[in-house]
Amino acid sequence: MKITKWQVAYKNLLRKKVRSLLTVIGIALSAWVLVSLLGFNRGYETSLNRDIDNMGFQLMLMAKGCPYEAATLMLQGGAGLRYIKQEVVDEVVRQPEVEQTTPYLMAAVFDPNKGSSGGIAGYFGVEPQSFAALKSSLKFRQGKWFADENAYEAVMGYEAAELEQREIGDMILMPEKNVEFKVVGILNRTGTQDDGTTFIPLKTAQKVFDKPGEITTIGIKLKKGVDSARLEEKLYKIPDVQVVSLSQVKDTIMSLISTAKVMVLSIAIIAILIAMVGVINTILASVWERFQEIGILKTIGAMPWDIFRLIWTETLILCTFGGILGIIMALILARVTDILIRSVLPYAPGGGLVVIDLKLILVTLAAILGIGLLSGMYPAWKAGRIRPLEAIRGEVGR
Amino acid sequence: MKQNGLMIEAKDLTKVYTRGNEEITSVNNVSFRIDKGDFVSIIGPSGSGKTTLINLLGCLDNPTTGELSLGSRSIFGKGKRLSERELTKVRRETFGYIFQNFYLIPTLTVRENVLLPLTFYQKPDTEQEADKLLQLLGMGHRQDHLPGQISGGEMQRVAIARAMVNRPEILLADEPTGNLDTKRSAEIVQVLQELNRTVGLTVIMVTHNQELARSAGRMFEMRDGQIYPII
Repeated sequence: MKITKWQVAYKNLLRKKVRSLLTVIGIALSAWVLVSLLGFNRGYETSLNRDIDNMGFQLMLMAKGCPYEAATLMLQGGAGLRYIKQEVVDEVVRQPEVEQTTPYLMAAVFDPNKGSSGGIAGYFGVEPQSFAALKSSLKFRQGKWFADENAYEAVMGYEAAELEQREIGDMILMPEKNVEFKVVGILNRTGTQDDGTTFIPLKTAQKVFDKPGEITTIGIKLKKGVDSARLEEKLYKIPDVQVVSLSQVKDTIMSLISTAKVMVLSIAIIAILIAMVGVINTILASVWERFQEIGILKTIGAMPWDIFRLIWTETLILCTFGGILGIIMALILARVTDILIRSVLPYAPGGGLVVIDLKLILVTLAAILGIGLLSGMYPAWKAGRIRPLEAIRGEVGR
Repeated sequence: MKQNGLMIEAKDLTKVYTRGNEEITSVNNVSFRIDKGDFVSIIGPSGSGKTTLINLLGCLDNPTTGELSLGSRSIFGKGKRLSERELTKVRRETFGYIFQNFYLIPTLTVRENVLLPLTFYQKPDTEQEADKLLQLLGMGHRQDHLPGQISGGEMQRVAIARAMVNRPEILLADEPTGNLDTKRSAEIVQVLQELNRTVGLTVIMVTHNQELARSAGRMFEMRDGQIYPII
């Protein structure tokens, strides 16, 4: 029975436990940053796509203004600042490319009971038939849509209901307007901004907010395979309106997010470089400390390549432990990372922002091992060049 | 145990070191031969060149001039100079080394230390050698201990077992008792004598201790880089 190089390398690392542990932690931190970043890259786009798909339409028509501000407000459940006449819907429906439309009236009121110092509560005035037809992803946890388009009834998103502990049949008071609505439906969680929204009938909303015959937005679902650009061109002929394509919104948000990604990537690269320097330092220090021992290994038959592999194996062990620990940290702390990223981004879609799957785990582990092995090359090469005679004489450090 | 046949032959072996602008002749025109099964001791004061000589004989260093052969194989001489890689090959096939400071790996057990050379190079039929040697050297009961848990004399026994595990033809011992008390020193030399007698191992031992040196079959003294036979 022989002792393997793995055993020798592993036991060598145990010699300076604290130093080895700190190096593993350094590698783990960089692996954590790396896997979280890559998970964010993937998760953000997936969540944004899902949010946009869940909107149920590809184009929005609204009053002229900043289209992206309006689109973002809409995604965040905020209020559109300008209004268009509801008759515009008829004009849109006439277009052959259009499969379905739904008009919205978005409004926001200040709710002094929201949060510690009050907050904005979003209300969506919607037509239940057309809205439900477009938003096929919306499912009821309890209840159903409003019975009457003039009713003072509300359908609450999952989080909105959860936050206020509302049940079917409860009465809710709309702040500022002092109007009561009966909760007739509570939606399932969608992971989108709909979760925090309260829906009321469009006509009731127009009455309450004093906007008769006015809406903020028309959501337009296109027929399959039609030329979106051509329809946009035609819709622009309607006075005082603008058309926002959600794919453009997505591209714009993604380009804004790319700045944040570059920053996080820079941090990840710095973390990896620090970890690399840590690995080189640890292994090099360990080589110098064992200078005589390594020389003796050569007198008992080790070739330079044997020593190189032995030292390289130590690097591999450190990086494997560090990489696995970092991935476990990333998996456990994904929710915390999610909250941290969400707090610094101008807009974040619903659902998980950091998505870590098996492929990502393997890619990260391979990257950490690759970087680790690269870092281990110099110390391993130096160790391989130690001459036994120098080691025996104790001429350390040339 | 004296056997027939040439083991090592040195002819006009010289080693010159340069320190700053000064040239130091550590080994000066040394010529001698060691036969298979010889137990040779080399004594001499510090700086006399005995360690340099044993390093040259053990292929740990190249001489500046002169010739060296192992059996019928020429190692140095007539312009021939071995690379570090070639020296390693010669070393692992022919020599076992023990040193004053033992150089055991502190994180490996006694048995693992003895097995260590086999990780890098293994001669045929040496699988059971480690256990046999540990028993032979009275270290069987200590095989799972770490070097820090055994005495200096025991550490040197482990170092001897490690040097012997690949069945070398020649054992080079550089001050093997330098860190041991009189009793342990005598025990180690006795072990070397046993190995020489029972397995026909050629032993070359460098020591300060004249009394221990006399235990060898042949004794030389180094003075100012030159060698003089005593016994």
